[in-house]
Amino acid sequence: MLELRKDIFADERDDNLKEIGKGTQRQDMLGHVTGTSTYFDDHKLQGMLHLKVVRSTHPHARLRRIDTSDAERSAGVRRIIRGSDVPRNLNTLLSLINFGKDDEPSLAVDKVRYKGEPIVAIVADSPREAYEAMAKVRIDYEPLPAVFDVEDALKPGAPVVNETYPKNAFIYHDVYDHQKLRFGDVERGLAAADHVLEQRYQMSPIEHAPTETNGSIAAPDTNGRYIVYTSTQALFFSLDTCAKILDVPSNTFHFIGGTVGGGFGGKVDTLTEPLAILGATLTGRPVRYVLGREEEMQFGSPRGAERIYIKDGVMRDGRIVARKIRALFDSGAYTRLSSYAAVKCAAHLPGPYTIPNVHGDVYCVFTNRTPATAMRGFGVTAMDFAIECQMDKLAHLVGMDPMEFRILNAYRDGDMKAHRREAKNCALIECVQVAAEKAKWPIREEFKRASSRKDGGGSRAAISPTPRESYAPATAPSQQRTTYDRAPAAAREPPPPPPPPPPRPQAPSHGAARFSSVFGTRRR
Amino acid sequence: MAKTALQFRHNGRDVAIFVDGGTNLLAALRELIGDMTPKFGCGQGGCGACSVLIDGELHLSCLTLAETVAGRSVETLDSLKDGPNLHPLQRAFADNFAAQCGYCTPGMLMAAKALLDRNPQPSRTEVIEAISGNICRCTGYEPIINAVLAAASGGRARA
Amino acid sequence: MPVTVRTFASTGEAAAALSSDRGARYLGGGTLVMRALNEGDISISTIVRAHDHALTRVDATGSRVTIGAGVTFARILAERDLAFLHAAARSIGGPAVRNMGTVGGNLFASNPYGDFAVALLALDAVVSVQGGLGSRDVPIEEFLQTRERQTGTLALAVSFQKPASADAFRYRKIARIKPKGGSVITLAAHLPISSGRILSARIALGSMAATPIRARAAERALEGRTLDATTISAAAAAAVEGTSPADNALASGWYRREIVGVHLRRLLSGQE
Repeated sequence: MLELRKDIFADERDDNLKEIGKGTQRQDMLGHVTGTSTYFDDHKLQGMLHLKVVRSTHPHARLRRIDTSDAERSAGVRRIIRGSDVPRNLNTLLSLINFGKDDEPSLAVDKVRYKGEPIVAIVADSPREAYEAMAKVRIDYEPLPAVFDVEDALKPGAPVVNETYPKNAFIYHDVYDHQKLRFGDVERGLAAADHVLEQRYQMSPIEHAPTETNGSIAAPDTNGRYIVYTSTQALFFSLDTCAKILDVPSNTFHFIGGTVGGGFGGKVDTLTEPLAILGATLTGRPVRYVLGREEEMQFGSPRGAERIYIKDGVMRDGRIVARKIRALFDSGAYTRLSSYAAVKCAAHLPGPYTIPNVHGDVYCVFTNRTPATAMRGFGVTAMDFAIECQMDKLAHLVGMDPMEFRILNAYRDGDMKAHRREAKNCALIECVQVAAEKAKWPIREEFKRASSRKDGGGSRAAISPTPRESYAPATAPSQQRTTYDRAPAAAREPPPPPPPPPPRPQAPSHGAARFSSVFGTRRR
Repeated sequence: MAKTALQFRHNGRDVAIFVDGGTNLLAALRELIGDMTPKFGCGQGGCGACSVLIDGELHLSCLTLAETVAGRSVETLDSLKDGPNLHPLQRAFADNFAAQCGYCTPGMLMAAKALLDRNPQPSRTEVIEAISGNICRCTGYEPIINAVLAAASGGRARA
Repeated sequence: MPVTVRTFASTGEAAAALSSDRGARYLGGGTLVMRALNEGDISISTIVRAHDHALTRVDATGSRVTIGAGVTFARILAERDLAFLHAAARSIGGPAVRNMGTVGGNLFASNPYGDFAVALLALDAVVSVQGGLGSRDVPIEEFLQTRERQTGTLALAVSFQKPASADAFRYRKIARIKPKGGSVITLAAHLPISSGRILSARIALGSMAATPIRARAAERALEGRTLDATTISAAAAAAVEGTSPADNALASGWYRREIVGVHLRRLLSGQE
C-alpha cells in the first residue's frame, strides 16, 4: 500500500532511510490487545465519590438565583460546589502563554452563555444519588437574547455574549479585532482580472466524539498533594491550568495520563480536572468526574464552525491575480483555542498558490454556542475546504482542467508568499502530478513536465506595492475585570499577578516558542 | 441500602458479588470484580466498547442489568489470552496494526470472537457486519477487518 | 434512592407491579431502560422483570403469526418462517443490540429508533397488552399513538396475518451509516394483491412523525389499482401528506419530507 516516490527530489537527500517506509510496532500494542492499557477510568480507589454537573438549559441567560438547599440535604450528597468555591473562577486556556484574557468561569456565577454551561457541581456517594440531587437544584434563569450566527454577532447592537470581549470578537495584542493579511493591491488585481468569482462557504461544528469521554479522577495524596488520573491530551498544560484555577503551586499535583481513548484535539481543554480536584479538596476523598456521551456532545468542545467568503480574480489563461478572503471563526461563548485557530488560518492564506495580490481578514467571533477548540489541523481545515472548492470553480470558469489549474498556480521555489517569505522546498506540483497519475487523470505534457524547482522566482518573487490602511485604535480596555474576579486572598497567598504586558516578539517566553505563530515570531 | 447477591461465571471462574439495584454489568465487572477490560463509551448501545459474551452471545454490558447474568457465563477480553500466549485474534490485531488508541479494542475483539466462534471462515462482508456495532473513532476499520480475516485464515492453517 | 428490581414468574404479576407504581418500567432487552438509567433518568425507581415463557414464544407456522414481546431480533433472524421480517430485524443496531433488543421494546423506542414497529404497523399488527385490569388486544396504530400513556402496561405479544408472498411485504430503512445507523426515514409497505389489484394497502413511515405513522394518502393512491408506473408516481407524490417530521442530528424535517416520496417510489418499484 505504502509507496515511497524516491525518484522525486532524489538529489536533495541521501537515500539512507532506516525507519520511514517500514512498519514498526507500537509500544502500547500489547496492552491494547490484552485490554491492560490503563486509561484514566481504570483506577478503582477506596471511597471514591462521583461528581456530576448541573448545566445551563439556556443558551444565554442571567442567573437570578441558584438554590441548592434541597440538593444539599439529598441522600448521599457529600458536597455541593458553586462558582464561589472556585479559587480563581475565571480563566482562558492560553493564558499560560500570556495570550488572551481570562474569560471563562469553571462554574457560571451571574450569567450563562451557552446551553450546557456548568453551573453547580454535586459530589455524591453514587452517580444515582448525584443525579437525584441534581434534580433538586433550582435555578432561576432570566433568558437573554442569544446570537448563534457569526455575522449577526458582529453587527452593532448584537447581544454581548462574553463581557470580556464586548464587541463579540477576540482582541489580538489589545488592539486588533481580527487577523489581517495584506500583500499587494487586491482591489487593483480584481479590477484587472478577466473573471471575478465570489463565493460563500460554511462549515458546521464537528464533534471529536472520542470513544472514551473526557474525564478525570482526583485523589488526595500524602503531603497535601493530589494524584490526578486524566484523559487529557496535554498533561502539563492541564496541570498548569488546574494550578492557576485552584490557585496553588503546580507541584501540588501529580498528573498521570498519556493513555487516551481518542482525543483528536478534544481533550486539551481541561474540562474536568479542576472540579475533580476541587471536589477531592473539599471532601478529602477521591472524586471521579466523567462526562456522559450526551455531555460529551453538548459540553465537550467541537471543532468550531467557520464561515468563509472568497473573492478571486483570475485571468483567461488561468493565473489567479487576486484573492480576497474574509473568514469568521465561531468560537462559541468562550475563547479556548479559537484565537489561535484564527492566527493559523491567516498564516495559511492564500493556500499553496502564488497570487500577487492577497487580502485576508480573519475574525474569532463569540456566539452563544458551545465553545470550540482544537481539532486536527483546526484553523486550516475549513479554509482548505473553501479554497479547494474555489479552485475547482475557478478552473471551470476559465475552462481549465482542475489539476492543471493547480499546477499552474502552485508555489514554486523562489516565489514570494503573501507573508513575504520566499517559498522553499515546494512540492505541490509533484503531489498533483502523482495524484493525477494514480487517478489515471490525463494532464497535458507541459503540466507533466512542470516542476516546483523550475520557473519560480523572478517576477513571481516580486512584492507588489501594498497600499497602507489606517485603522481605528482599540476601544476595549486592555484588561477588563469582571464580577468573576475574586478579590485577592489577603493573607494566605500573594495576589494574583497583574495582567501580563503584551508579548514582545523579540523576547518570546518558553511557551511562546511552541506557539510561535501566535506571536508572529520566527520559528527556528 | 439493599443489595442483591449475584453469582455467575466470569471468564471461567465462579464469582459472587453484591450489587445495588439497577447496577449494570459493566459497572459490576469493573468496580466490583476489577475486570477493567470492558470500557464505557456511551452507555447507550451506540459504541460497543463494553461488549462482552454472555453464554457465548455478544452483549453490551452497559445495557445489561447485572442481575440478569445470574448463573450464566460472562466472558471479557481478559479471558482471551491463554496464559502468556496471545489468542490468534490478539496476535492478528497486533500484527495488522488494528489498534490505535486501543479503547475500542476490547469490544472489537469480543465482537470478532463472537463471529469466529460461530463462523470460523467469515467473508469480508460478514466481518464488517459483525463489528458494525463497534465504533473505532481513530477510523482504523480496514486494519481491524484485515486482522479478523487474518485470524480466521490463521486458525484454519493451524487446524 | 437506589433502583428496586422486582422479578416475577408470570406476566400477570409483572403487569400488576407495573400498573401500581408510576416509577416502574418493564425491562425487556435493556436497550431502552438501562440506557435511561445510565443517562440519569431518576423517574425510574423500579425495574420489573418477568420470566414468563410466553414472552419468548414465536408461532409462525400458520397464516397468523404471533411473536412474544420478549423475542429478540437475533431470534427473528434465526426463524426461517419470518424471512419477510429479516430485512427489518437486520436494520436494527449491530449484532449485540440484536441479541438484546426485543420486539416488545421496539414498540416503545422513539426516533430515530423503532424501525421494527414500522414494519409491524404496515402488517396491521395487533398488540396484546396486559394492564392492571387484565389483557386485551390493541391495534398497533392506536398503541403507538397512545404509547406515552402505556408505560404502565405490559406488552405481551404482537400478531398479524402473514403476507401472502415475499413480494407483498417490503421494507426500507434510510440511514447515514451502513450497515448500522439511526433512521433518517424508515418505510414499510404491505401490498396484498388480488386479481392483479392492490387491496388494503398499508404504507408505514418511521421518523416522519413523533411515532411511526401510516401514509394514508399514499395507501389511497394504491388502493384497487395495479402496481404500475402511474400508480407508483401517484403514491410517491402523496407520501408526504399528513407527515410532521422533526429535525434531529441525522436529518432535518425538510430533508425527510423531500426524500420520503423518492424512497417510497423506489420501494414500490423494487429498486435498490
